[in-house]
Amino acid sequence: MSDITQDDVGYVAPAENAEQDLYHPKSWITKYVFCQDAKVIAIQYASTAIAIGLVALVLSWLMRLQLGFPDSFSFIEPEDYYQFITAHGMIMVVYLLTALFLGGFGNYMIPLMVGARDMAFPYVNMVSYWVYLTAVFVLIASFFVPGGPTGAGWTLYPPQAILSGTPGSDGGIILMLVSLALFIVGFTMGGLNYVVTVLQSRTRGMTLMRMPLTIWGIFVATVLALLAFPALFVGAIMMLLDKILGTSFFMPNIVELGEHLSYGGGSPILFQHLFWFFGHPEVYIVALPAFGIVSDLIAVHSRRHIFGYRMMVWAIVIIGALSFVVWAHHMYVSGMNPYFGFFFATTTLIIAIPTALKVYNWTLTLWKGNIRLNTPMLFAIGFIVTFLNGGITGLFLGNVAIDVPLSDTMFVVAHFHMVMGVAPMLVVFGAIYHWFPLITGKMYSETLGKFHFWVTFLGAYLIYFPMHYLGFVGVPRRYFELGDTQIFTESVGQLNAFISIMTFIVGFAQIVFFYNMFRSYAAGKKSEMNPWGAASLEWQTPEMPPGHGNWGKSLPLVYRWAYDYGVPGATHDFVPQNMAPKDVPMEKKARKSTRSRKA
Amino acid sequence: MNFFRQLTEKPWLPDKNGAIGMRDNNVSDTAHARVGLKMFLIVVGVLFFLLTVSYAGRMVYEDWRPVPQPWLMWQNTAMLMLASAGLHWAQSAMRRDEWNQVKMGLIGAGAFTIGFIVGQLLAWQQLVDKGVFELTNPAVALFILITGLHGLHMLGGLVAWGRTADKVWQRDKFELNKVRQSIDNCTLYWHFLLAVWLVLFGLLFSGNDNMGILLTICGFK
Repeated sequence: MSDITQDDVGYVAPAENAEQDLYHPKSWITKYVFCQDAKVIAIQYASTAIAIGLVALVLSWLMRLQLGFPDSFSFIEPEDYYQFITAHGMIMVVYLLTALFLGGFGNYMIPLMVGARDMAFPYVNMVSYWVYLTAVFVLIASFFVPGGPTGAGWTLYPPQAILSGTPGSDGGIILMLVSLALFIVGFTMGGLNYVVTVLQSRTRGMTLMRMPLTIWGIFVATVLALLAFPALFVGAIMMLLDKILGTSFFMPNIVELGEHLSYGGGSPILFQHLFWFFGHPEVYIVALPAFGIVSDLIAVHSRRHIFGYRMMVWAIVIIGALSFVVWAHHMYVSGMNPYFGFFFATTTLIIAIPTALKVYNWTLTLWKGNIRLNTPMLFAIGFIVTFLNGGITGLFLGNVAIDVPLSDTMFVVAHFHMVMGVAPMLVVFGAIYHWFPLITGKMYSETLGKFHFWVTFLGAYLIYFPMHYLGFVGVPRRYFELGDTQIFTESVGQLNAFISIMTFIVGFAQIVFFYNMFRSYAAGKKSEMNPWGAASLEWQTPEMPPGHGNWGKSLPLVYRWAYDYGVPGATHDFVPQNMAPKDVPMEKKARKSTRSRKA
Repeated sequence: MNFFRQLTEKPWLPDKNGAIGMRDNNVSDTAHARVGLKMFLIVVGVLFFLLTVSYAGRMVYEDWRPVPQPWLMWQNTAMLMLASAGLHWAQSAMRRDEWNQVKMGLIGAGAFTIGFIVGQLLAWQQLVDKGVFELTNPAVALFILITGLHGLHMLGGLVAWGRTADKVWQRDKFELNKVRQSIDNCTLYWHFLLAVWLVLFGLLFSGNDNMGILLTICGFK
């Protein structure tokens, strides 16, 4: 914790910072549509991601209708079911979570939290969003081509992904792969922006170690994404060529319906390696921003500095680095050499150390904090519990001997939904509630927010806890129906029905969230400046919501880290990052003692 | 190791010097572009690294059918080296303020780059002429994919080269600093793509089975 010195040596007049040439929109179109302001782009990213996420939510309902009540809905054919699970998985992981955390929160928060006027390359930033939107449209288009979208599962494993027995193996898979390639191109443009902005555009005084953990999380996640997405890009292009030109990157000698196809010599396992070289870092591309954001939510709403800031930064960096050497734990059943399995199991368990360190530090931040159990805080605490639950089941699956029997069961589905579905979404909600006043200038309804939290949090547990049990008893994932399988008792079917009902309840509860947001935006109470008493820079803008260029006439000057809460001697329980030491209001007693020390 | 030194700071301790000692923010747009380009080149490096690993991973299978590498690849490699040298010359002439030489260097770099790209297409044609252009053979498909992606990056570079040439020819309309930065960035990009190509060529496409030897030494083959 920073002690406040009242010495006059501290103040340095803001230097003549190099001002960025901002693009000033001249029309409605350039202000709200083809806009280069990172805040508008953030809202565009977030709106698009949430909209396509809602499509994925509906797809999950359709899946659950089939699983909970088999033979009841004749309009769901097996092909449809596979298309639903594929599109649901891909949309949620890539088009919703990645885009929302990096494109949404990244764009809004990076310039504000590091004290910049905008992103380093505003034009490229704008193009990044439009390429992302194109990727989303191409994905949606795959629902309308003959054969529909691909039903290959979100991992798109060849050879089945492009063989005719798989739904959507014509136009569907082609559009999926094109869409992914476009997404990656768009993301690379945005990602370069985020990294360069963090490295180059920080205001004076904002050293790397004074950045809020939100920025650290987004920064390291972006670096991961820049290094991991090329693997998916290469995989997508190769599979596209296999499908269109008949190359054999991934397609082995294969007989289909008695006919020997012209493919030969390709390696399906190569695709798995490429996919998971991207796929595992992807978990942390989603998780690291969530880690960062939740750290800030906990610090602000418990009025305590984050415990072990430096450890937290290092943990983020180490988790990011380790995430590149664990990918093959997704492939234990692919016939890999057992020594490789041992290696990847070991690295997987090692990654639990920095992750556990973060959980301890969050808990220790809360310890003896002045905890305010408002909506963002509830979601933050919900995240810690959920991530811990999902993480612990990950320890099981990281071990080869336990993974082999559990592989491809509902246990895996429950695990990854807890750890990278529910947990990050809880952070997304917490973050939206936390920054809603900043973004809109209005206050949301706490009552509705808390109702939303409890239904979502408890409902998610009622969905995924029973799913672990289903996995334990051997219920496989990706099965259209279990039929009259003798090994499954009647309770399996009942539990499936219960889970399905809960998904509807939790899904519909999100209406409360949207109602709260829209109503508060339209007719909510005006928020005061910095309503949470946060010390970080984004709340210190001269106007709220921040205007074009963020900082008015001059850029802020940063004197301290973002966690000066409960500073001894200070009048208020927080000191903003941009407050000079001599300007910090001190209690009389503290001021006297400072003077006597000087004397 | 400045980055790591920064990571060992203790931000919770009082900073008696206020804002002194912190980074100076006099960072211009051109510096942004330089850092952005370096980050982009790292991404490009990862892309070609993964393609090389894929190639190597496929080579270790017993049914690997190598194809004779077109002799034109040697000539193309020389072209790319000359293109890179042209830009290097332009860059050093720029530092000496000899703008005629800058122009010659740029023209040379552009011409040799176009020569390289055309040469790569002709190399594909050589494979067709030899009757080994069989897309179901992973060796052929990987050759086409890797050289194609590298060629696309060179084409993208030519767009930047065109913009740089425009700035050089009309440099009275631009800030000199921006013109210089454009040349610097183009040079870095060409050098990097040359380095990538030399690794690809040396390991995979020179016809000497260097990758095979490397895999054997490492015990994979």
